[in-house]
Amino acid sequence: MSTPDNELLEPFERLLGEISATTRLRDIERGGSVEPVWEPLLESGFLDALTATEHGGAGLDFAQIGALLQAAGRRLLPVPFGETLVARALLAGAGIAPPDRPIVLVTRSAENAWQRAVPLAKVAGYALIETDEQLFLRTLPQSSLRDVGIAASLAADVHWPSTAEVASAPSPLPAGAFRSTTAAVHAAHIAGAAEQVLKLTVAHAGQRVQFGKPIAQAQAIQQQLAVMAEHTVMARMAAQIGCSGGFPPSAATAAVAKLVCSSAVPQLTAIAHAVHGAIGISEEHDLQLFVRRLHEWRLADGPESYWALRLGTQYLQGNCSSSIDFAREMRQTGDTTC
Amino acid sequence: MFESLTLSALPAEDESLRNPVRALVRDLLGERPLAQRARSWMGFDPSFSQALGKAGYLGLTLPTRYGGGGRGPFARFVVIEEMLRVGAPVAAHCIADRQSAPLILNYGTEAQRAAYLPRIARGEIFFCIGMSEPGAGSDLASVRSRAVRSGEDWILNGSKIWTTYAHHDQYMIALVRTSGASGDRRAGLSQLIVDLSAPGIRIRPITDLTGDQHFCEVFFDDVRLGPDALVGAEGAGWDQVIAELAFERSGPERIYSSVTLLDAWISHLRRAGRFSDSSARLAGSFLAQLATLRELSLAVTASLARGESPVLEASVVKDLGTTFEQSIPTCIADDLGAHPDEPPDRELYLTLMYLTHIAPSFSLRGGTREILRGIIARGLGLR
Repeated sequence: MSTPDNELLEPFERLLGEISATTRLRDIERGGSVEPVWEPLLESGFLDALTATEHGGAGLDFAQIGALLQAAGRRLLPVPFGETLVARALLAGAGIAPPDRPIVLVTRSAENAWQRAVPLAKVAGYALIETDEQLFLRTLPQSSLRDVGIAASLAADVHWPSTAEVASAPSPLPAGAFRSTTAAVHAAHIAGAAEQVLKLTVAHAGQRVQFGKPIAQAQAIQQQLAVMAEHTVMARMAAQIGCSGGFPPSAATAAVAKLVCSSAVPQLTAIAHAVHGAIGISEEHDLQLFVRRLHEWRLADGPESYWALRLGTQYLQGNCSSSIDFAREMRQTGDTTC
Repeated sequence: MFESLTLSALPAEDESLRNPVRALVRDLLGERPLAQRARSWMGFDPSFSQALGKAGYLGLTLPTRYGGGGRGPFARFVVIEEMLRVGAPVAAHCIADRQSAPLILNYGTEAQRAAYLPRIARGEIFFCIGMSEPGAGSDLASVRSRAVRSGEDWILNGSKIWTTYAHHDQYMIALVRTSGASGDRRAGLSQLIVDLSAPGIRIRPITDLTGDQHFCEVFFDDVRLGPDALVGAEGAGWDQVIAELAFERSGPERIYSSVTLLDAWISHLRRAGRFSDSSARLAGSFLAQLATLRELSLAVTASLARGESPVLEASVVKDLGTTFEQSIPTCIADDLGAHPDEPPDRELYLTLMYLTHIAPSFSLRGGTREILRGIIARGLGLR
């Protein structure tokens, strides 16, 4: 990671270390107040990292934001950090003062009034709703939220017609940008959390003694952990690609990021559970905090098959004759004409 | 963990090589059958290699004083990527270009550098890798080929196996025992440059399951080599080989071995007008993996460019990359077979089956999957 990223990342990680311990996460998941996390985060200014400097933000590019998003994933930050940061940048750009509460991003769909299992919607105060031409800032009254019914989950179904309008503005984004954006955000969260799960699992393998020695010495375990490390590396690179082409991410870069990261989730978590044994299934062990969130992020804004279909259909309908040229162009321009 | 495997940009001056290379390869090779292009890394064509050398595309990482390009690993990445993109026959020069030349540059004497490097850069001499033996595959430290001093010279006895293109190459860099016994493991090993025309060398090609002949068995029977055969320090062979393997395991050839099939399958789908969900998903999945693996390969290239020896990182990328390469023929066979009313043409079928049969080698050559995962486990602190 280059130096400018580290200059941002270190204070952010320090902040996360102070506010986002797993004990606090557990408390919030049981209905405790989100304020001990939210207030210091709001005060820190990191929520305005993407907001343009002329609107009082830090004006970072999306690639730098990506490093923060991975860090938020590593610490399972229990507020919608990436979504709020994007919403605040868009609102400030539209001349609307951002509210001081967490914001989730919602795409208004003609077919479906519900957006299912929006991560961290339970702790959000507002939704920024995208239509083809407009952005709507709306509050999230209790009537607009439906508990997903999963133990300790902070996700909620959002019923967008029940939200209450605060402000609106013409959308500066291409159609569908919210989905690509949340896909890139959640891909980065997956990559961060994957790293932490790998660490937990390696540490557990080093401590757990069976047959008179740590199971980390068993070749069968070593090979599995190596595979886990490979998935982690792959996810991290894909997440970086998702944030590499500027804001908003193109459908192509978002697809690469979300597809690779989502498909890593079942493989990573399966190995983590296999190595942890029964303790990993227990509520008491931290592994479940990560695993539950990883599965939630995998499905949010479409898992691997959703993005594979979109990316593959787009490519097949084009006339690019070289998959290498596709990859190269996407990296160079952040999008593809393929 | 694995911090250096991060997004890096291909420098513009290296990227600028791409169009001229692409044009040259098109001029030199023209249209070739698909199944021939699928043999890119296995395609031996000395005149093509010499033409590349003449145009300055070999030895790009070597200093200009040795006839090299005076550039870096990124320039080489661009050239190799262009070769693999169209399935150019690179087998003649690729081993010397990738690892023998850097080995001689890093560990060789000035005389050795002057003797070999300019000819490698011109595409005049080709090298093979003398590592595996009948009794030493993954357990490389158990090599039994032995060189002993005879005055100033070396006398070499033993054999090597699975040596790709030994029957066409002029030189081998062989890992042999120069002291101790095989129980001494990593101690007492050295690397020797073996002139394959020397008396006492017998080379027997081995036919592979596709009918091709690329790898060989090489027998050494009292082969006399000059004092200048030793490359690097006597007894330092193991460490040198490990450094060499970082080059061997890191390149784009570890992700692109099936790319000609991937592109041909997509052309087939377009011709058939079939954009079914299952085929589109498969295509999307391949593209996303390829795009990610390419950046990982570039990250290892960046590490080489910083002068590091990314043994661990290269192992990660090679295992991921070869798994991807191997999945391509497997999944495409299933997709094509699921649509019997749209049979692939003969060329696509031949290419599919060639890659299906040869793909197991992708995760054997240059270190097996299991060995690589052992290296990664060590990187995780598990061993």
